[in-house]
Amino acid sequence: MLKVLSGLLGLWMLAHTSMASAALNIEIIGAGEHQIPVSLVPMGGDAKLAQEINEVVSGDLLRTGLFRLVDTTGKTPHEPAEVNYTDWQLRGAEALAIGTVSLQANGRIEARFRLLDVLKHTELVGQAVSVGNGQVRAVGHRIADLIYEKLTGNPGIFSTRIAYVNRQGRSFRLIVADSDGYNEQVVLKQNEPIMSPSWSPDGSHLAYVSFETGHAAVFVQSLYTNLRKIVADYRGSNSAPAWSPDGRQLAVVLTRDGGSQIYLMRPDGSELRRISFSGGIDTEPNFSPDGQSLLFTSDRGGSAQVYRMPVEGGGAQRITFASGSCFSPRYSPDGKSFVFTHLSGGRFYISVQDFQTGQTEALTEGGWEKKPSYAPNGKLILFASEARGRGILATVSSDGRVKQHMFTQSGDAREPVWGPNL
Amino acid sequence: MKKLVISIVLLNLLAACASQKPHETAAHAPVAKAADVATAPATSTSTEVDALNDPKSILAGRSVFYPFDVSAVQDADKPLVQAHAKYLSEHANRTVKLEGNCDERGSNEYNLGLGQRRADGVQKMLELGGAKATQVTSVSYGEEMPKAAGHDEASWSQNRRTDLNYKAK
Repeated sequence: MLKVLSGLLGLWMLAHTSMASAALNIEIIGAGEHQIPVSLVPMGGDAKLAQEINEVVSGDLLRTGLFRLVDTTGKTPHEPAEVNYTDWQLRGAEALAIGTVSLQANGRIEARFRLLDVLKHTELVGQAVSVGNGQVRAVGHRIADLIYEKLTGNPGIFSTRIAYVNRQGRSFRLIVADSDGYNEQVVLKQNEPIMSPSWSPDGSHLAYVSFETGHAAVFVQSLYTNLRKIVADYRGSNSAPAWSPDGRQLAVVLTRDGGSQIYLMRPDGSELRRISFSGGIDTEPNFSPDGQSLLFTSDRGGSAQVYRMPVEGGGAQRITFASGSCFSPRYSPDGKSFVFTHLSGGRFYISVQDFQTGQTEALTEGGWEKKPSYAPNGKLILFASEARGRGILATVSSDGRVKQHMFTQSGDAREPVWGPNL
Repeated sequence: MKKLVISIVLLNLLAACASQKPHETAAHAPVAKAADVATAPATSTSTEVDALNDPKSILAGRSVFYPFDVSAVQDADKPLVQAHAKYLSEHANRTVKLEGNCDERGSNEYNLGLGQRRADGVQKMLELGGAKATQVTSVSYGEEMPKAAGHDEASWSQNRRTDLNYKAK
């Protein structure tokens, strides 16, 4: 169900959707409880760049469900001196974004941006942003981050990137894109499956599983040089790479000694040591933010459920007891909860569980929803979903109130994972 | 003798026509064999026919199927696996790749593990039946290479399987 937030916003969304269809379609469903009314005045200067920036900023802010866009029709202040605060108060805006953008002779894009407090008549933040030619979307994400940070008190995540796998027939592409799904870059393309991309904490490398050698093997690839190295290529399956928060270790799942078990290694494949010892399938390790514990999936108790163990090994403790099965756990960035996939009654749900209370909450209505991962600020969760018969990317706010579907141009989007702050 | 040859040819053709899902090797080999037999009807076929290429042999079955989230070879498929074990034990030069697959109900990684356990289970049974470890490799494709794409049991039941893929000699 597409809930139209307001008449004006509905109009804006129509414009946005048609614009977006060039690369991918975005649908936003639901709304936050307390939305901050903010006006984004299209920037002065280069009108085409200004419009593009405005669309990026609007899309980023709306995706969170925390903002309501207030109409700017008929008003185009670009400097604080041109702002009539009473006008904006009457329109119901609490914050006002203004600025100018220009294309320099050397091809760089220069933007000057200010966020004003409409009630206090003060400047909340001002910044000049300069990027290379063709990176106009980066300017929009940067501005959206500044607005988000100032008005919510939480770090912005719009300038981050995501990774996922696109499957089209037998063609598999490993893709890195902006947090809103735009600006796709192909990291690897082949006719064998690719699974489980995992970001190094500094965002410089991806670890992933590739079947190009005839079986599942773990690779690490630099996103700067594109150089890649096979780091786990033992008998059977090598998979589920996960980086430790300090980037010095990689947890992987190997079947070299029998069933799927968890091992630690250096990111170059050296110093391999086994840390889980069960007769079941132990997989999908994920490091706690402090690097001391691992969450993982295991079927040692019968059905697949989530367990936790110290990184040094031993003492695994079951922490989900849901009916059906639980998969793909990932710690929230504050370490207080975790998100996972819950398969129940033939449907997959994205669910969260609080460590302290043990309480579980489904964030989605259920369907083919898999592989959740948190944005670095913990406020949004990216996951794989399905709509109109295709695998798509989706996000849900961590309170479950706002959902977004991202339709890529073709093929099925799978195995998404949110990258770190850079 | 001639009558026998003809019936073999007929059976081969019948099997070739009737078979829908077997691998290409099984579907194509009998046709070539039938042609061989037809041009040289006087020679005995028994020593030349590799049982692996005989579509009426139990060895023509190259897939083992499973219930949901189960990796043990089911009773119905045990004779098939045992026959392949016997074949491998008698043909030391043959090697087989076991490819475990799963339906999509599970995480991709869990299913990779499950598919590996399925393939490893078949490998163990082959080795118990006389195959040498060096003749068998097992891999998993998890849910990454589904044979049928639907979100229903008809598709899932086809995707929960281990394929026995013999390497061409």
